[in-house]
Amino acid sequence: MSSVATPGVPPLEFHGRLTQTRVIRSEWTKLHSLRSTRWSLLAAVVLTLGLPALFAAVTSSHWGSMNAHERADRHPLDIALAGVNLSQLAIGVLGVLVITGEYSTGMIRASFTAVPKRLPVLWAKIVVFAVVSFALSLPAVIAAFFVSQTILSKHNLLQISFSHSGVARSVIGGALYLMLFGVFCLAIGAIVRNTAGGIAAFVGIFFVIPPLLNIFPTSWQNAINPWIPNSAARSMFQLTHSTHSLSPAGGLAIFLLYIGTAVAVAAVLLVRRDT
Amino acid sequence: MIEAKGLTKDYGKTRAVDDLSFTVQPGTVTGFLGPNGSGKSTTMRLILGLDAPTAGEVTVNGKRYREHAAPLHEVGALLEARSVHTGRSAYYHLLALAQTHGIPRKRVDAVVDLVGLHDVATKRAGGFSLGMGQRLGIAAALLGDPHTFILDEPVNGLDPEGIRWIRNLLKGLAADERAVFVSSHLMSEMAQTADHLIVIGRGRLIADTTVDEFVRRASGGVVRVRSPQATRLRELVLAPSVTVTSDAAGVLEIAGVTAEQIGELAARHGIVLHELMQQQASLEEAFMELTRDELEFKAAEAA
Repeated sequence: MSSVATPGVPPLEFHGRLTQTRVIRSEWTKLHSLRSTRWSLLAAVVLTLGLPALFAAVTSSHWGSMNAHERADRHPLDIALAGVNLSQLAIGVLGVLVITGEYSTGMIRASFTAVPKRLPVLWAKIVVFAVVSFALSLPAVIAAFFVSQTILSKHNLLQISFSHSGVARSVIGGALYLMLFGVFCLAIGAIVRNTAGGIAAFVGIFFVIPPLLNIFPTSWQNAINPWIPNSAARSMFQLTHSTHSLSPAGGLAIFLLYIGTAVAVAAVLLVRRDT
Repeated sequence: MIEAKGLTKDYGKTRAVDDLSFTVQPGTVTGFLGPNGSGKSTTMRLILGLDAPTAGEVTVNGKRYREHAAPLHEVGALLEARSVHTGRSAYYHLLALAQTHGIPRKRVDAVVDLVGLHDVATKRAGGFSLGMGQRLGIAAALLGDPHTFILDEPVNGLDPEGIRWIRNLLKGLAADERAVFVSSHLMSEMAQTADHLIVIGRGRLIADTTVDEFVRRASGGVVRVRSPQATRLRELVLAPSVTVTSDAAGVLEIAGVTAEQIGELAARHGIVLHELMQQQASLEEAFMELTRDELEFKAAEAA
């Protein structure tokens, strides 16, 4: 620590304005400058890619001892997208942390002092997180598809072409799902403003509520299940669709509706609440 | 320039800020003084729009803070508790703030050097001492080269050298025709730095005055006299508007007349004076005196 003499504050020649684009650049700096972000994203990529490879290897080696029923249960796309089920946890936690990390440390006060209208911060966080998570998960799911197919091809098992109807859509749908799930979790984080609460909320909505529906009669389940966030979102990356599930586009539309609602609630609360 | 009019803030049933009106002028260091919990930090959050007032309004350079096109060029703020992500380095913290306004990287480097954080700029802010955290907060406030500064307890946690550095910085900023609004619960600190004082207790305005005037008012115009003929002097000076107390033989404390009047009176009657002094309450005493009611009320409530 130096400088005891009268500190001279050098003047700033250029005075710019606050713009949405600049806030986006700022949010990008915030995202990549945290070690926790880099680890979460790395975990998401490793899981997206690694789990299908593992799953393909295990399937190949056990194929001889599997009965017809078990073999019929294995689907190449399920194997290729198996990692999404786990990596979504890393993406979801990171989505929550992108906003709750600022509340828990007090950073939010600095952010809202720089951007007192507040909403540009929320939009920028969503844009940056969506772009980064999609840019990482798209190559990861495509790689997961080809890696799992290559491993299975050694035993000539479960081969499916990328150009086969619905395959490309399902694979890209898997990446889209990860991105949108992350945005949904970010909005949840902005609503609850607390890391543990945010994680509990998305786990509840996506992992606890769906099995609870089993307490209803089958006819009710068939009526309700397609519309809950988890099922609607999964329609995007399922190859086959029954009469009790939404089409990929329909599922995407319903999931976007849920996300839109969560983001709208987050935006209203962000502007209204004291920090 | 900061202008607050009838500023009021309730948190549930608690009134944290109560009908506060004041002005912070450019070219002066305005001390914002009050005991802990008197509403200083809340008032500062209201100015910055972090909290919304229940009633009244506050503007910075003529507009509500939120409505400025380039807030960081209007106001530099240092907020009370740390407002930094503990996992991010000081450099990236400042860069992220700077980027919202397109402030160049070299400005970030300049303020890092200015506050003396050059050697630790790439370290995680979570590991910073309180003093380093304050320096980082000051660096953030200086980023946009603003006309107005709002600093909440900036000397907290600083070593004597750091305190001197802050004092010089604040005086330099005021000399540069900027408005500097700085809070403290330490009267002695304000005495060394501030030109003007805004004193609050329990969210209410107690005084809005210059430092000199504040002391004069608080000392209540008491004159201390020491004389071998104290008894005679007492008889001469007594009048309905004058009160005389004595806590030692030959010593009088007289309120209601000036030192000049007492001196002239004594001369006319040939009374010997060994001492004639306008009592100067120290700033600390003045502050305690003015806020005593507020504190007593609080203590009674707590009991």
